[in-house]
Amino acid sequence: MKEFNYEIKDEQGIHARPAGLLVKEAKKFTSALTITKNGQTKKLTQLMMVMSLGVKKGEVVTIQADGEDEEAAIEALKAFFEQNL
Amino acid sequence: MLKLSGKSVYKGVVLGPVTVFRPQDQLVKRTKIEDPQSEILRLQEAVVHAQEQLKKLYDKAVKEVGEASAAIFEVHQMMLEDEDYLDAIHNMIQTELVNAEYAAAVTGDNFSQMFADMDDDYMKARAADVKDISNRLIRNLQGNADNGLDSDEPSIIVADDLSPSETVQMDKEKILGFVTIHGSTNSHTAILARMMNIPALIGVPMNLDELHNGMLAVVDGFSGEVVFEPDDQLRQAAHEKMKQEQEKLHLLQNLKDKENVTLDGRSIKIYANIGSVGDVGYVLENDAGGIGLFRSEFLYLGRNDFPSEEEQFQAYKQVAQMMGGKKVIIRTLDIGADKQADYFNLGREENPALGYRAIRICLKQPEIFKTQLRALLRAAAFGNISVMYPMITSTEEVTAIYDIVKEVQKELDENETPYKLPEQGVMIETPAAVMISDELAEMVDFFSIGTNDLTQYTLAIDRQNEKLDDFYKPHHKAILRMIQMVTDNAHKHGKWAGICGELGADTDLTEEFLRMGLDELSVAPSMVLKVRKAVRETDLSK
Repeated sequence: MKEFNYEIKDEQGIHARPAGLLVKEAKKFTSALTITKNGQTKKLTQLMMVMSLGVKKGEVVTIQADGEDEEAAIEALKAFFEQNL
Repeated sequence: MLKLSGKSVYKGVVLGPVTVFRPQDQLVKRTKIEDPQSEILRLQEAVVHAQEQLKKLYDKAVKEVGEASAAIFEVHQMMLEDEDYLDAIHNMIQTELVNAEYAAAVTGDNFSQMFADMDDDYMKARAADVKDISNRLIRNLQGNADNGLDSDEPSIIVADDLSPSETVQMDKEKILGFVTIHGSTNSHTAILARMMNIPALIGVPMNLDELHNGMLAVVDGFSGEVVFEPDDQLRQAAHEKMKQEQEKLHLLQNLKDKENVTLDGRSIKIYANIGSVGDVGYVLENDAGGIGLFRSEFLYLGRNDFPSEEEQFQAYKQVAQMMGGKKVIIRTLDIGADKQADYFNLGREENPALGYRAIRICLKQPEIFKTQLRALLRAAAFGNISVMYPMITSTEEVTAIYDIVKEVQKELDENETPYKLPEQGVMIETPAAVMISDELAEMVDFFSIGTNDLTQYTLAIDRQNEKLDDFYKPHHKAILRMIQMVTDNAHKHGKWAGICGELGADTDLTEEFLRMGLDELSVAPSMVLKVRKAVRETDLSK
């Protein structure tokens, strides 16, 4: 299992559109992917659940990947967060 | 041939095809099903269809309003792919053996409640999006197209009733007239009809199930009659009347570029009322001297989230620039439970006209107000903009508004954002404001009398209640005396006073308004030249 932490820099936090793009990105991989904020964990493939975390600027989320392509998934997601959030 | 009559709110005649408008929030019946597999198949087809519709809407919106505003349709597409949401509908169909429409409605309510409960305004507003996609699925399942308004041909809109957020979404180029079962002469459908110069009938006892899209109809705003599937003779007569109307309009055109001055030399300003940037065309076409009422709430309706400062700034600036230095009076947000957008989460009220609305919302939720004020002050640097505040009942409210305006000025100064402090006035639309108009006149630059609300509050008559239309007496002495009092108080303090309600366009009163000394009348664009004609035929020396 692989994971990384990320502090959100985008002014609006993980609002609807980036959440949608994030889910799209996550669906490219077979590994089980999750996002955790304050002990609440949601699957990265669940758009409305990810939105329901209400992640704001300055908050830290943990992304975990578990599965065959976990390494590639973590790399891709790191890049996604840095670019979009 | 089916002939029905109702009450006319705008005189004119039109012949054209009908579009039956069905409301967004439809009643969904729960029915027991035998075969969950075929029900799920129906659902899947509805989802695919919805995705196609949203893609088209997205492309259309990118072209018309730009990518930022179009993004919402992309988000809707993504939400429609959400596995939890779709699984919840599937499960409900399978375990409870209910129809797909019902499962989609219940699931939509559950998910939207989840967002409505979050303590984040942005996420709260997403509740409306979930409702929106669920309603889209339901419409598709019921075999109703996108409200039927996607047709390319202009048509007569036939409906039970129309809410402001429904009319604002309509492509105005494609509306020939309105015929509704409910609604009152002062409803927003009526206001829109007058704005657009199209015939409209309300209170027509139709059975919508007997009507279908594409059916021909004649709407006659003079007789108050609508005829569905008219015979040749009637069609011929309608054509003839339409021609006569055109000729009358042409005659009025001769009054363009003429002054609004009486035979004995008294002049008055005639401005126009608008609801969107798109309406400026009507203002220029009818040669109005300015815009006396820009109903800014229309920027807030028919959408899923608050318009940003930038979006509002662009709209206000564009209107001011299109008017080329002529006065543009923008009324700040006038929204309430009777005229609202889902994302305001205003809830239902027993008495919306007496409720949480207009300036009350702005003073209680100053963030919403400040966004609009920043946009207004910035836009004022680009043209002749004035700002007016609705629903004022006390001098304390005006003081509170000025405090917020000062805060906004300070913020703009700190960021070195260019702006100008516009002329500021208040709407006089409550009896309280009339009674203290002497004190208000010391504080503000001008008064604009909103006669629709002033009449409703003074005569204690609900504008939306069609049963009361017979009691609604706009020429009531009480109203006319109030107008005189407000005008006199404005003049005592060297300020000006105008009327921006429907009464301003009532040519039976034009002479009286001139005698009262009013400085301005702001009317629907289609009425500007008619009022000019009335002014020019008046002689006050007699």
